[in-house]
Amino acid sequence: MTQSKQHLDFDTLNELKVVMGDEFSLLIDTFKNDSIVRVQAIKDAVASVDPEEIRRAAHSFKGSASNMGATELTRLCRELEDLGRSGQVEGSQNLLEQITTEYECVESLLKGL
Amino acid sequence: MMKAANKSFVRSVAGKSDSSDASTESVITMSIPTILIADDSDTDRLLLEKILVQQGYQVEVASNGKEAIAQFEKCRPDIVLLDALMPVMDGFEAAMRIKAIAGEDFTPIVFLTSLDEADSLAQCLDAGGDDFLTKPYNSIILKAKLNAFMRMKDMHSTLKQQRDEIKQYNSRLITEQEVAKRIFDKVAHAGCLDAPNIKYAFSPISIFNGDVILAAMSPSGNLVVLLGDFTGHGLSAAIGAMPLAQSFYSMLEKGFGIKEILREINSKLNEILPVDVFCCALVVEFNFKDQMLHLWNGGLPDGILYRPSEGKIIKFHSTNLPLGVRSNDDFDDHLVVHDLQPDDRFIVCSDGLYEAEDEHGNMFGEERFLSVIESNQNPDHLFHEINVSINSFIGVDTLSDDISLIEIKVVNADDLQVVFPEAVSSEKLGPKDWSLYYELRRDTLKDYDPLPLMLHILMQVPFLRLSSSQIYTVIAELYSNALEHGILGLSSEQKVTPAGFAQYYLARNQKLQDLVEGKVSIALHYQGDETGGRLEVEVKDSGEGFDFEPYLKDTSSEMQKKYSGRGIYLLHSLCQSVEFFDGGSRVQAVFVWGGE
Repeated sequence: MTQSKQHLDFDTLNELKVVMGDEFSLLIDTFKNDSIVRVQAIKDAVASVDPEEIRRAAHSFKGSASNMGATELTRLCRELEDLGRSGQVEGSQNLLEQITTEYECVESLLKGL
Repeated sequence: MMKAANKSFVRSVAGKSDSSDASTESVITMSIPTILIADDSDTDRLLLEKILVQQGYQVEVASNGKEAIAQFEKCRPDIVLLDALMPVMDGFEAAMRIKAIAGEDFTPIVFLTSLDEADSLAQCLDAGGDDFLTKPYNSIILKAKLNAFMRMKDMHSTLKQQRDEIKQYNSRLITEQEVAKRIFDKVAHAGCLDAPNIKYAFSPISIFNGDVILAAMSPSGNLVVLLGDFTGHGLSAAIGAMPLAQSFYSMLEKGFGIKEILREINSKLNEILPVDVFCCALVVEFNFKDQMLHLWNGGLPDGILYRPSEGKIIKFHSTNLPLGVRSNDDFDDHLVVHDLQPDDRFIVCSDGLYEAEDEHGNMFGEERFLSVIESNQNPDHLFHEINVSINSFIGVDTLSDDISLIEIKVVNADDLQVVFPEAVSSEKLGPKDWSLYYELRRDTLKDYDPLPLMLHILMQVPFLRLSSSQIYTVIAELYSNALEHGILGLSSEQKVTPAGFAQYYLARNQKLQDLVEGKVSIALHYQGDETGGRLEVEVKDSGEGFDFEPYLKDTSSEMQKKYSGRGIYLLHSLCQSVEFFDGGSRVQAVFVWGGE
């Protein structure tokens, strides 16, 4: 549990359960589907070596990640967003890999809920 | 994926079918408020939608700026929540377009963002954003913000509604004032303000000036002028002006004296107007035949009689309270009497003239006004000189009150060129063949004037209206002769000098009070058709009689002057025949109009 707490904020998730009720699983599914698009967008942006593209892509993923209580994923996205905003691309590949790994972790944790 | 999410999501409120209704202000407050969410993130949109539905809102969704605009036009939501970064069209552009479409309707736009740099936030505000909501969403903050915006929206629409109402009231008020002014102008200008011996000036500072200038000829051929200054301006000041003007003209036309008219106006204004509204007024009657004036001043600046031949200025102070202040029981209708000379100028102004200020706040004042008169060389230029003096004194924009000024030039009765109001054209002939006998006994003679009633009855005949002035003069002469000479035994010799004139009236009043017995009867016989008519007036008194014959025969001007017998001479000139019976105690005058 200590491990999963680093990835997901369960207080937030509990609130989401209350808000969504029967549709909580729909929210999870939607997030998963969303994330496939978002992660792909970040990959494309990093490949394009365009800091602005990187910033936008990271920003968008950050928003939904934060809403889902994915704390670590949010932090990584913010880091990438800041990098893009500063006009740099160095280290973006590394952050992309961390984001991909973190997302896989979050996804498997969400599956278990 | 997005489609799947939308499809599978069950909306708690059915989509609106009538978008136009939803955009009207009145519906908003009663119906469920609608919120439009535009976010390309399905997750965030779904979550936000769910939160808002739970908080009781109807929710519409869009996944980019373009869709948001289309949705906005379709369902006119109360509040728009926009993600800043979206494909196709971002939130900034959508916000600007939505604000443009919303126009005057206040549609709060809240940006959904986790943007935290100042530049981006400023961009949101520039685009018309009203607030921000940061991700992750906090339902408490969300609720507070949306509630605040709904309250703002309500206030805004209330404000807008009230503003529109005020605008409407205002334009209606202006229209009403214009209508009132048109009606008032019609009533007020029914008289003879345009007579060549009258000059007047108005300086209104509002559409409906608080000042009133009225002038008309009495049936006896006297010119009566009234200058009134109501407290306040505009419509409230004008409320009393209508009854004032109407009473003035209609009573004057019917032959009432200015005392009766003043009393009537006073009681009307006293009844109609609130306590703090009254009318300062000066009324002056010019008798050009006898070269006398009768004046009443209640609260206006001094009436001024300027006699150029002697360089003399006579002032008539206000000795009464304004009209409408006191009830008629306490009303003082005492008139000031003064002689006139041809070429005299009578001038009166409202206090706005004295109180007019120059740019330094100095008032024009009475002294300046009098000095203009004193330095006058040619009385024909006086009115112009006063106007030039006041206009050069005040700055153009400093008018603080209504300034009204009127000047009446005293002329000889024969030179008076006044157009009497046209007789009311009537196809009907009115009563065609009738007689009337009216007997006035002691107590009635003391304080009742039968002439207005007589004239009123005679004016039922349209033909007679054309000559109302002459008829009035004849009946007035016959009646006053019967009363003053026949019953009271007064001699008109006294009336030669102004002082004697006053004494004469003093004696007349005394004798009337002491009257023990006596009666005067007036008989009218009328016969007429469409071609002409004949009116016979017979006045009989119970007194000793008074032989008029010598004065009728001797028409030399000296004789007329000596006995102030102009009235008697006038009778003869106005009537087809005047006959005296019983030593003068019965007089019969006959008028004939038209053909045989």
